[in-house]
Amino acid sequence: MLLDDLHGIAKRERAEQARHEQHIVVCTGTACASARSAEVQAALEGGIKVRGLEKRCAVTPGGCRGLCAAGPLVTVQPQGTLYQGVHPEDAEAIIESLETGAVVERLHCHTDTPFFTRQQKVVLEQSGLLNPDRVEDYIAHGGYEALVHALTEMTPAQVLEEVVRSGLRGRGGGGYPTGLKWSTVAKAISDQKYVICNGDEGDPGAFMDRSVMESNPHRVLEGMLLAGYAVGASVGFIYVRAEYPLAVKRLEAAIKQAKKLGLLGANICNTPFSFEIEIRLGAGAFVCGEETALIASIEGERGQPRPRPPYPAESGLWGKPTLINNVETLANVPPILQRGGDWYARIGMDKSKGTKVFALTGRIVHTGLIEVPMGITLREIVYEIGGGIPDGKQFKAVQTGGPSGGCIPADQLDLPVTYESLASVGSIMGSGGMIVMDETSCMVDVAKYFMEFSMAESCGKCVPCRVGTAQMYQLLDRISKGEATLDDLALLEDLCDMVKHTSLCGLGQSAPNPVISTLKYFRDEYLAHIVERRCPAGVCKMSSPAHNGHVSELAHKEGVR
Amino acid sequence: MQPKKLTPPNDDKRWRLVGATMRKHGFLPSALIETLHTVQEAFGYLDDQSLRWVALNLRVPLSRVYGVATFYNYFTLKPQGEHTCVVCLGTACYIKGAPDILEAIQAQEDIKPGETSADKKVSLLIARCIGACGLAPAVVYDGEVVGKLGPEQALARINAWRANKAEEVAHAAG
Ligand SMILES: Cc1cc2nc3c(=O)[nH]c(=O)nc-3n(C[C@H](O)[C@H](O)[C@H](O)COP(=O)(O)O)c2cc1C
Ligand code: FES
Repeated sequence: MLLDDLHGIAKRERAEQARHEQHIVVCTGTACASARSAEVQAALEGGIKVRGLEKRCAVTPGGCRGLCAAGPLVTVQPQGTLYQGVHPEDAEAIIESLETGAVVERLHCHTDTPFFTRQQKVVLEQSGLLNPDRVEDYIAHGGYEALVHALTEMTPAQVLEEVVRSGLRGRGGGGYPTGLKWSTVAKAISDQKYVICNGDEGDPGAFMDRSVMESNPHRVLEGMLLAGYAVGASVGFIYVRAEYPLAVKRLEAAIKQAKKLGLLGANICNTPFSFEIEIRLGAGAFVCGEETALIASIEGERGQPRPRPPYPAESGLWGKPTLINNVETLANVPPILQRGGDWYARIGMDKSKGTKVFALTGRIVHTGLIEVPMGITLREIVYEIGGGIPDGKQFKAVQTGGPSGGCIPADQLDLPVTYESLASVGSIMGSGGMIVMDETSCMVDVAKYFMEFSMAESCGKCVPCRVGTAQMYQLLDRISKGEATLDDLALLEDLCDMVKHTSLCGLGQSAPNPVISTLKYFRDEYLAHIVERRCPAGVCKMSSPAHNGHVSELAHKEGVR
Repeated sequence: MQPKKLTPPNDDKRWRLVGATMRKHGFLPSALIETLHTVQEAFGYLDDQSLRWVALNLRVPLSRVYGVATFYNYFTLKPQGEHTCVVCLGTACYIKGAPDILEAIQAQEDIKPGETSADKKVSLLIARCIGACGLAPAVVYDGEVVGKLGPEQALARINAWRANKAEEVAHAAG
């Protein structure tokens, strides 16, 4: 495979697509599929046939457009008209509009709104536009060009240099500089090295990686191939959650197609570079997203983390140097090589370069997947892109980073989104879950929810995490039921400190974060539960009503402290 | 090394699928999780017999097979009911009322998560985010993701299974 061959495939595919004047693209991602987009697709195909329009118009499956809550989404190309909430019965109207040229107003989703215009897409730039089942379509959109160019014209060191220059940092949560990680693995001397793509996405309330794997599987493969070339690895593993069957199916198909074209396998592009990719299924353990636990899981063991160092970059899978990167991190690599590290570094702010994909959910008007430049403020995300809070309710907090992150209150909304600034207010960038809460959410309940999660997902290897999360959960449970005293609150704060600083892996070290951040910004809610035995949001059920003696005694104590 | 061909516990054809997975991975111990996935897909759950057979073939101590099978939430050692209903308790679903759905199902079926109803019709499970957060709260009925549910709609689906009438299923879906 040479660049010319690749361009040949792209040209043929474009010619093939040009045979049809119009394309109706039906989203087949998980959210739209569960809103029965397959039936919509069938109805559209049927309608086109009945009218004898097959020559003019093609119906094709597509990937995620981001506005998941409004599915099924249908796009008419080349006009780019987006329709939302399309039912099979609407097929007729859409087909009719093709002939008349008029837009079906009742289904029309305007794409000139901030939800679309305020976004900046790099990782998701092709999502929804290309058919995830066809490698040719990916190639027609410039796919694999970066790989073929890199293999034929660049040395591994040059590829690495480009990634270093881009300033890309890990999108899996930690934010470790990707170029630095790559060079550590590249420098390691070994007969065998591995690349692992972390598609475990255990953070509840996040589905960025799922969408990338489903909508653009070849992007992930190309990123892994480039990584493999740069660090000198010949085998790659994609670790995907078993809960993502469609992503697994698409990746499997993509691997087959890439192999067939000689873009995967032995001597790719007639160079000495060989690379194989295999898929491994997770089995429902949050901790397996942690890199050392994930490696244990690929080895067929229980997914328990081990102390670092040694880092996987030195001793990872089967003791060999292993590069482990998140799905989104790797999906950023092909455009970086295509357009240059400097281009990428111009997007973003300070030490956070490029864009970040967020899953915007919870109490917000537009739920869905968004991609924004780093440095955008939370206010812009919540109120402009997200469209604000529905039902006239009041914004209370936005939660980022899942069980490892924290809740950011209203007075911090003007914070720019960067790794450092989110950390400065007690949360983290995390993998990209962003859950908006309004006045109907109780912060003690939220903290309890995450603690229950961490407690249940603790692998049990180290004591601070195994026992500490359980104790903290019990304290939070008592607070939420109005059974706690201020001494319990003090104990909770002590435990937060202890678990944070003594746990073995990131799960335990970050498990107290939701408690610490809610205590910092919403201490009054905790006190209301303890002192007044009352849940201000009306979420928690109190075991017994407040009695006055208790209140004054406790209020006195808090005053003394 | 000579390829091993240990005879399956019985002549159930599904063992061949399990054998195929192990062969694909060269009967290496690292194939354990992949193999357990195949067993669960073929048989619905992991029983003693299958754990023993896998242990024998991959030359992994039975205790380790058991350890792995019980470590991961996805594997189940108990047979499931005719239908499964997985309620998502991920953050997005939790904020949007998943606890009410779970409570309604628990009350009606008189079962807790991980259990199967007395008539073996419905198994109730919980998940930590199924990646359909845009549709929160979401429930997976026999592998099909259904979103934006209220407690009544969530129960309607289950009742439709019980009634086992096609039109009711269609009705609940609409
Ligand atoms: C408890 C825990 C869970 C994690 N879950 C994930 C995950 O689901 N996906 C992910 O990409 N990284 C996850 N990570 C981070 C990984 O350990 C690792 O840092 C990351 O995959 C590295 O890739 P990156 O540098 O591209 O971000 C998790 C870490 C911890 C401590
Ligand atoms: S939280 Fe339920 S699907 Fe993500």
